[in-house]
Amino acid sequence: MTALLTVADMQVTIGPVTPLDGIGFTLDRGEILGLVGESGSGKSLTAMAIMGLLPLSGGRVSAGSIRFDGTELTSLGEDAYRQLRGKRIAFISQNPMTALDPLQTIGAQVDVIGTLHFGKSRAEARRRTLEVLTQLRIPEAAAICASYPHQLSGGMKQRIVIAMALAGEPDLIIADEPTTALDVTVQAQIIHLLAELVRERGMALLLITHDMGVVAQCCDRVAVLYAGRLAEAAAIDPLFAAPAHPYTQALIACIPRDDTRKGTLAGIPGTVPAVSAYPPGCRYHPRCPQAQDICRTTVPDSRPRPSGVVACHFPGPTNG
Amino acid sequence: MAEPLLTTTGLTRRFTSGGGLLRRPRSMTAVRDVTLAIPRGSVTGVVGESGCGKSTLARLVLRLIEPSQGRVGFDGADLTALPAGELRRMRRRMQMVFQDPYSSLDPRYTIAEVLAEPFRVQGERVSRDAIDHLLSQVGLAAPMAAAYPHQLSGGQRQRVGVARALALKPDFVVLDEPTASLDVSIQAQIVALLERLKSELGLTYMFISHDLGLVRYFCDRILVMYLGAVVEELPSTEAAPRHPYTRALLDSTFSPDPALRRRLVALKGEIPSPFDLPRGCAFAGRCPHATAHCRDQRPELAGEAGGHRVACFHPL
Ligand SMILES: Nc1ncnc2c1ncn2[C@@H]1O[C@H](COP(=O)(O)OP(=O)(O)OP(=O)(O)O)[C@@H](O)[C@H]1O
Ligand SMILES: Nc1ncnc2c1ncn2[C@@H]1O[C@H](COP(=O)(O)OP(=O)(O)OP(=O)(O)O)[C@@H](O)[C@H]1O
Ligand SMILES: [Mg+2]
Ligand SMILES: [Mg+2]
Repeated sequence: MTALLTVADMQVTIGPVTPLDGIGFTLDRGEILGLVGESGSGKSLTAMAIMGLLPLSGGRVSAGSIRFDGTELTSLGEDAYRQLRGKRIAFISQNPMTALDPLQTIGAQVDVIGTLHFGKSRAEARRRTLEVLTQLRIPEAAAICASYPHQLSGGMKQRIVIAMALAGEPDLIIADEPTTALDVTVQAQIIHLLAELVRERGMALLLITHDMGVVAQCCDRVAVLYAGRLAEAAAIDPLFAAPAHPYTQALIACIPRDDTRKGTLAGIPGTVPAVSAYPPGCRYHPRCPQAQDICRTTVPDSRPRPSGVVACHFPGPTNG
Repeated sequence: MAEPLLTTTGLTRRFTSGGGLLRRPRSMTAVRDVTLAIPRGSVTGVVGESGCGKSTLARLVLRLIEPSQGRVGFDGADLTALPAGELRRMRRRMQMVFQDPYSSLDPRYTIAEVLAEPFRVQGERVSRDAIDHLLSQVGLAAPMAAAYPHQLSGGQRQRVGVARALALKPDFVVLDEPTASLDVSIQAQIVALLERLKSELGLTYMFISHDLGLVRYFCDRILVMYLGAVVEELPSTEAAPRHPYTRALLDSTFSPDPALRRRLVALKGEIPSPFDLPRGCAFAGRCPHATAHCRDQRPELAGEAGGHRVACFHPL
């Protein structure tokens, strides 16, 4: 059986630069895939590519393929793409404020999904809105519908954005750092909520984050990006038990655990290179403590690791 | 315990807002009766959800705003009674890293100018080397000095904010969620940097965060705030939480360990409005252990500042 979403060897070109290269992963219904990496590693561009929004920034998928439920998206026209977005593929952005219009009531904004995409009457759309808000366990849904964004807490606003995504009954939700701006308690609530929806309704969720803690707590599988390339992809348990790529190891070590001794948290020295300054060979080599000569000259091929792949000349012990 | 560097006694701050022709002004207590002691060379963590009064407490402690009641003592002096001139001199020893990297950097100045500013205010000259050093301390490349804030990512901007606060090598630094907007990789870098600077320069920190996992790693003692009040003081990071709210915060942290998945428990319900606090314990509405007594009476934070204090009728 083929997966709902299959991205294979995808390359993205924007003007003179090639920010993404050789990106590949699969995502199935009822599954949560974490897409992780530091700022600038290519997570949002990957999401834009799947959503067909690259032309907005003058970019395109220049090689590889994106298959969604049997359809090749890279050759899809804009009209067909518009049908897909908001209906079958929904997007949740990091900042709920950019997704909500401050001048319209919450109800009016969620209703639009029903009237615009599904040709419902306003009364029908409102009924559906109340249904979705109630399913998201938003108390006093009717009162919330009548309020404006500035009257709601950050966590409530983000739940409304999720409601807007769900109102279209999508097959795939792409959530770009949906909880980074929120309190940990609210973050836990929202992540729970998303995970539950995925399991109950058999939707697929591509969860973009830079936090391996979030990944460990709610994803089924993870794809780790670094400087526009796939570093490692695997199922959660084997990946955390034996991360093979030094970058994956470093990302995991960034989050203190109960047994992390004081003074041992180090972070990852240096920063992700700019697109115009991607180094030759393995792009992680300038920051990698294990780099050898070959890493500086030769791009590592993807090789299999337990339940996944890793692109490293000297992958760590994968005794899992 | 040696003489603490900073103390507060009954520190309280009320805000009044609204009020016009037809509306009565509403009043709320952003910080309520906070008594604490911060030992020299320690890292005191302050945790709690958005709006619980962490930043207000920070501003009160540095006397950037005036308290409605209560006092702040710094190195033996009563900060709340200090005349303007002496306060200014004291301020050099106390710095703050702000929460918002966007509004805290002036868009008209280059990064070099931003970092030279604290020196200039003190009438000191600063070398290009010193600027470069500050930049490299926070993980930024030297050419960054010529850039303007809008050319930097949010993370890079916040690193500049950290560098600026550390420029004058203060004794006491209030870190108001310095890593909230940063990648975890950079967060870990900054925390490591702060740890190193602390031991090199003998700094004392007040570290504000909503991430109890991070606070437990970085801090020696922890104050947990809920709706303006300290509900628990943990004298060490090993101390087991006794307040159900502290427990809930701990259960909301995302550990990078899939084996701990079952433990992640989401706290139910929303924080009540600070303008309309319930009668009894402010946490009662979300607390799995609340009784009629909790809804009727407000529990006090009993005990001595520095010990294990908890404001709960049914501590765990
Ligand atoms: N329109 C564009 N033109 C040229 N380069 C771009 C463009 N958009 C993004 N990039 C570059 O592509 C790389 C990946 O960017 P992307 O926004 O996907 O990162 P990200 O992983 O989402 O980071 P963050 O965590 O900061 O959101 C970055 O180096 C970025 O500067
Ligand atoms: N200048 C002010 N005027 C009126 N109300 C204020 C003012 N400053 C803060 N408040 C209120 O006081 C309460 C505490 O705010 P504060 O900024 O201290 O919270 P916080 O714990 O730092 O939250 P966050 O995690 O979101 O930064 C909030 O309800 C806030 O709206
Ligand atoms: Mg992004
Ligand atoms: Mg604050």
